[in-house]
Amino acid sequence: MTRLILILALLLPLALPPDRPALAVEPDEILADSALETRARAISKGLRCVVCQNQSIDDSNAPIARDMRILVRERLLLGDDDQQVVDYFVARYGEFVLLKPTFRPYTYPLWLGPPIMAVLGLMVLFVAYRSRQHTRPMGTVEPLSAIDRKKLDALVDREITRQGLSEPNENSR
Amino acid sequence: MIAEIGQFALALALVVALLQSSLPLIGAQRGNATLMMVAKPAAQALLLLVAVAYGALTYLFVVSDFSVALVVANSHSLKPMLYKITGVWANHEGSMLLWVLILAVFGGAVAQFGANLPLSLKSRALAVQGMIATAFLAFLIFTSNPFLRVDPAPLDGRGLNPLLQDPGLAFHPPLLYLGYVGFSIAFSFAVAALIEGRVDAAWGRWVRPWTLAAWTFLTAGVALGSWWAYYELGWGGWWFWDPVENASFMPWLLGTALLHSSIVVEKRDTLKSWTILLAILTFSLSLLGTFIVRSGVLTSVHAFATDPKRGLFILAILIVTIVGSLTLYALRAPILKAGGVFAPVSREGSLILNNLLLALACATVLLGTLYPLLLEAVTGGRDKVSVGPPFFNATFVPIMVPLIMVMALGPYLAWKRGNLAKTSRRMIVAAGGAVAAIVATFLIVPDGPFLTPFAMGLAAWLFFGATSEWAGRIKLFQGPLMASWHRLQGLPRAATGMTLAHMGIAVMIVGIAGSSSWQTEKIQVLAPGESVLVAGYDFRLDQVADENGPNYTTQRATITVSRDGRFFATLYPERRFFPVAGQTTTEAAIRTTPLSDLYAVIGEPDGAGGWTTRFYLNPLVPWIWYGALIMVAGGFLSLSDRRHRVGAPRRAALPRPAMQPQPAAAE
Repeated sequence: MTRLILILALLLPLALPPDRPALAVEPDEILADSALETRARAISKGLRCVVCQNQSIDDSNAPIARDMRILVRERLLLGDDDQQVVDYFVARYGEFVLLKPTFRPYTYPLWLGPPIMAVLGLMVLFVAYRSRQHTRPMGTVEPLSAIDRKKLDALVDREITRQGLSEPNENSR
Repeated sequence: MIAEIGQFALALALVVALLQSSLPLIGAQRGNATLMMVAKPAAQALLLLVAVAYGALTYLFVVSDFSVALVVANSHSLKPMLYKITGVWANHEGSMLLWVLILAVFGGAVAQFGANLPLSLKSRALAVQGMIATAFLAFLIFTSNPFLRVDPAPLDGRGLNPLLQDPGLAFHPPLLYLGYVGFSIAFSFAVAALIEGRVDAAWGRWVRPWTLAAWTFLTAGVALGSWWAYYELGWGGWWFWDPVENASFMPWLLGTALLHSSIVVEKRDTLKSWTILLAILTFSLSLLGTFIVRSGVLTSVHAFATDPKRGLFILAILIVTIVGSLTLYALRAPILKAGGVFAPVSREGSLILNNLLLALACATVLLGTLYPLLLEAVTGGRDKVSVGPPFFNATFVPIMVPLIMVMALGPYLAWKRGNLAKTSRRMIVAAGGAVAAIVATFLIVPDGPFLTPFAMGLAAWLFFGATSEWAGRIKLFQGPLMASWHRLQGLPRAATGMTLAHMGIAVMIVGIAGSSSWQTEKIQVLAPGESVLVAGYDFRLDQVADENGPNYTTQRATITVSRDGRFFATLYPERRFFPVAGQTTTEAAIRTTPLSDLYAVIGEPDGAGGWTTRFYLNPLVPWIWYGALIMVAGGFLSLSDRRHRVGAPRRAALPRPAMQPQPAAAE
């Protein structure tokens, strides 16, 4: 019976437009103990509403999200600490329920990606800088080729005529 | 009849786009000027034809022609006129037509205003634009035809998603597309330069204004979308790290990097290969953004745009574009010669660090956005993860902190070789401002989150760093004010634009830090006459009345807010019911003050005369959008710099027009 209700609860939001305004936490869910309620809110923000797209149960108005919010509060009232509540949900729904994935083999690339990319980027910069130091000593300038110079002169001349710039120092007026 | 004209114009546009993508390219390859000259009239004809198609579709929406399938699915005769016009792009087919229209507008603008471009570069760039147009016109005509008829025509339409019937969201897509598609110009120029085999300072100067324009529009578009989420979704959040948001944020991050690196190309003739790569990747991410939104591959709150078949077509466009351009890059980039040399501590050095951090931030967002999908694909659905805001906050913020610290410092450094000791002396104002902000925040909000004062310090560091650099340029307070005023007249507008953009970021950081740390929320059931205290403000529910809108019915609450017994404001939050769509939306009532927003939402009745009400005090949240506005203003001011418009020769280059590439203009 519980399972049936759960399945129905899972199906219900699919029948609704996906972008209904989300009005999450309802007044009747709020715990009298404000310290517990604060903890419940913090935990809720990290748990994913399992039928929604990228919404935490704190943000979602799906019925299942409401059930999960109430469950969070029930566990807290039973004396669970924050981690136990989270573990309870992971045991039921899997890692999928965590909006911040834990650090484990299949999330190594996710968590290690940014720092590895940062180190690689710095290394590339360093190598590029060193190699440039060796090939091109500071201050050497490659002169323009004759063709390039001709093109550039023509361009600049045309620009001056077109703009009618009689005073070349237009930046330091 | 009108629909057929639109259809015909689209088909003709496809033919023109094919010509535009082939003839000028062949001409440039053979040095045939006649063939190259085709590019300009072709781009103009393409713009005209797509504009005709777009005008036809708009007409069909305005007159509510329900013999057209798209109008039936997305419009309704009772819909207000504004949403009939904006409804054209509030659906898949119409929004793709808008995409192509904006592409054609940009192409037409290059054709029109690119008189000072070398003919071969211009022809090649317009040919690449033509290829993009060809791909998207084919996509439109073959998978998403907006002009399909229905027979028999129904009596009325099915209406537009009520959430989209909102001025903020109505103008969000065009701005976003102006940004996305604007980066196509940088892309086309990059590909054209790769074909030509040369990139020089002039190339950087041609590409910069287009990139700047795209960046400015994208900034406005992203900010508008976030503002819409804030007031429409009804719980005061404004950024959710949702895949669709990330899709617009990633091109913004890389586009910002491109904007800065193209400065280095222009001023110092170096970093060319990297800038070309950035231009390619930025537009690729724009295409990826289009793909993510249009395919529904990462379904999200924006899922109204879901359709996998079309996704495959866009995926094909995406793959051809990325693989093609990157192959060309791999083949041709090595022949691009590196230019000026510079020390690590220099303007170039700081801009490279900016590029590294922005690219890293973008890669992190990309990784987090695609990881759940990749993991599922690799493990066949055995392992599933969710990557939500906690991940992004944990990885993104550490990248942003050094970026913002350098952002204040960079503009002080000289080109080629900076002097860190001298620069740090000039940073005293910024450092003092930062310390003052940290102390002040601790004193004002002693019991808030511990890190918030440091975020405020960072914002002050950037704000005072940017403003005092600008003040130093015009020697403000170092002499008579009139002298500073004259200096300001001579200061390039781009310099003031940069200062504004950096200031805008600082203001935005204050808003982000304040609103995410100090929000007060009260959720309760109130009967008319009852009140509740929210952070010193007394909210009293006076009444809830039933009223009628043009195409909805509404329950409108009247809430009187008072402070210390004195009247402060009246708020009218609503719950609207749209019978055509069978949907309810909330309209939050927001009273903005300079320092905070009072935010009220009315929920469902409890059946016993009471109503669920949600009240929020969102401190500093308006600063997020003030910051965005300042950034956009900076972008436009910078665009108005005549050096961008005319590509006029620089000061150091003119006395001998031959322009030695090393003017060392330590501005």
